[in-house]
Amino acid sequence: MRIGLIISISKALLMARWKQTLVAAVGVTFSITMFITLLSFMTGLNNLLDGLILNRTPHVHIYEEMHPSEKQPINYSADGQGHNFISSIKPKNELLDIRNSTAIMKSLKDDSRVLGVSPKVNVQVFYNVGAVDLNGVLNGIDAVEENRLFSFSEYVVEGNYQDLKNVPNSIILGKGAAEQILANVGDNIQITTSKGQRVQLKVVGYFQSGLQDIDKVQSYVSMATAQKLLGESNSYMTDIQVKLLDINEAPEVAKEYRQIYDVEAVDIQTANAQFETGTAIRTLISYAVGITLLIVSGFGIYNILNMMIYEKMDTIAILKATGFSGKDVKRVFIMIALTIGIFGGLFGLFFGFLISSGIDQIPFKTDALPTIKTYPINYDPRYYLIGGIFSVITTYYAGYFPSRKASKVDPVVIIRGK
Amino acid sequence: MSSIVLQAKEISKFFHDPFDIQVLKKISFVIERGEFTSIIGKSGCGKSTLLYILSTMDTDYEGDLLIDGQVMRGKKESELARVRNGKIGFVFQFHYLLNEFSVLKNVMLPGLKLNQLSSAEVEHNAYEKLKILGIQDEALKMPNQLSGGQKQRVAIARALINSPLIVMGDEPTGNLDKKNTEIVFEIFKELAEEFGQSLLIVTHDNEFAERTHRIIEMEDGMIIRS
Ligand SMILES: Nc1ncnc2c1ncn2[C@@H]1O[C@H](COP(=O)(O)OP(=O)(O)OP(=O)(O)O)[C@@H](O)[C@H]1O
Ligand SMILES: [Mg+2]
Repeated sequence: MRIGLIISISKALLMARWKQTLVAAVGVTFSITMFITLLSFMTGLNNLLDGLILNRTPHVHIYEEMHPSEKQPINYSADGQGHNFISSIKPKNELLDIRNSTAIMKSLKDDSRVLGVSPKVNVQVFYNVGAVDLNGVLNGIDAVEENRLFSFSEYVVEGNYQDLKNVPNSIILGKGAAEQILANVGDNIQITTSKGQRVQLKVVGYFQSGLQDIDKVQSYVSMATAQKLLGESNSYMTDIQVKLLDINEAPEVAKEYRQIYDVEAVDIQTANAQFETGTAIRTLISYAVGITLLIVSGFGIYNILNMMIYEKMDTIAILKATGFSGKDVKRVFIMIALTIGIFGGLFGLFFGFLISSGIDQIPFKTDALPTIKTYPINYDPRYYLIGGIFSVITTYYAGYFPSRKASKVDPVVIIRGK
Repeated sequence: MSSIVLQAKEISKFFHDPFDIQVLKKISFVIERGEFTSIIGKSGCGKSTLLYILSTMDTDYEGDLLIDGQVMRGKKESELARVRNGKIGFVFQFHYLLNEFSVLKNVMLPGLKLNQLSSAEVEHNAYEKLKILGIQDEALKMPNQLSGGQKQRVAIARALINSPLIVMGDEPTGNLDKKNTEIVFEIFKELAEEFGQSLLIVTHDNEFAERTHRIIEMEDGMIIRS
């Protein structure tokens, strides 16, 4: 049986009812368009929101935590075997320092799984605004490393991030904090350290993360400045941020570091579990909506084919009387369904692309997201592949049952009926 | 090579709905190559029923049907379709052309389905058949642009496209006027006498039947004269 013959019969039947088939194809086009647009937009947004947090989060975060002393004095007592709840020894101040940090840094840099490490010194301060003191946290960072690993410069909305290194006693103020202090770039501001020391710092830029709570409190200074504020040596650091080549190795690596270096080490997956859940659910909803649309359009095709079969009973009977088998007839109707699916689907992919690139052009400016200019769109070809495959599969099944019915048409019944 | 193209051996047919009724009662006969046979009988005596069985479209019967020496019982649906395609040409009372296709394509379709010749050769043959029937000029029209008589001739051309062993017709002239009936009859006669084509035609027209080579007369599901 020549496939060409099947195609030409399918085409003739299609053309005889071209308006209905067009409607069916438009249904498929519409659903695939929506599917592509929805997923591109939704995952684009997902990636944006995740990026907001995840790009700037170290894959493994090493720090020292304040622990209350595990051995309280009463434990040393000979008869302290029963119950005792006295915990009078409080944590000491210098516990926040990562001990042996220089050695740890060096061996981390040699680890082949590590992309880079960026140390940090956390300093609690107050921003002095006239008589008022505002809470603040200064992050002493290595500006160059921080930029390479965590795109620091993208969040510096005014000024140059490198000034942090080049200008002594400089500070990049959180945008929220800057507004409260009324400090402009170039101004000097005054801060008080937790030890009561007053220091003048020169504002060289603004920092905006997009998360209001952070921007009101956090500012950046160089490592050296932070160490000086605390009166510590240049090996003092409170955090080590590690970026790995493969993010999926983070839990394993974190566990290993915990054991080797006897420090706290948290992997990104543990620290941000809620983001993955949110992302997964949003993606799931997009798929569910897209696939529902497709199934609805599948019913459309099913209806059209059923109608076509009722209308074309005579044709089917004659084809069978002149030597076409049930299988041939079935193939004809499957072919019709697939034609609707493939053309509808292709146009759907095309329009989906068109609409998502349209959305991509719509300006989307918000203070919370300084790096974003237009709505985010994810052009992942995977969605186009899935959309295409789904359109073919649904139309195949939509065509399967009607075509089986057509293949069972008994020509004698039809011819006698005349 | 045997000269028998079709043999019916004690074919019986029952209908069960709305009540059990035997429509055909042990029908036996033989059609030889080149014979122009007509079947006559009162309305409701089972002529159409017999023809549907002989054309392999109806498989629910008792007895045996041999076409070209082969037993049809036990063949699969697709094998029967192939027999109909290659060995039987069927002409209905209502012309039953496919309105989606041109006259030429209608004639070609069974030939393309047979898939033994290239489509160019099938097209050539289709023109030949249309020429025999005197309607080659209508080849590129659509069926609904033809008169009733012309449509029936196209249907005959379609029945002939694969040079079948036998052409069957169920009242092929039943819907035609005197003049067109005459034309169709002359065509059948020419096919039988000049091309050696076997024909088995059911008709109500006794005058038509008298002029065929052989008459099979039925009554109440039985053959009373053959
Ligand atoms: N599907 C069916 N169910 C029950 N009885 C049927 C069925 N088809 C036909 N019959 C009966 O079988 C008998 C033969 O019918 P058939 O159509 O073969 O007659 P016919 O000889 O062709 O008549 P006509 O000359 O009017 O065409 C009739 O009595 C008819 O009522
Ligand atoms: Mg009849």
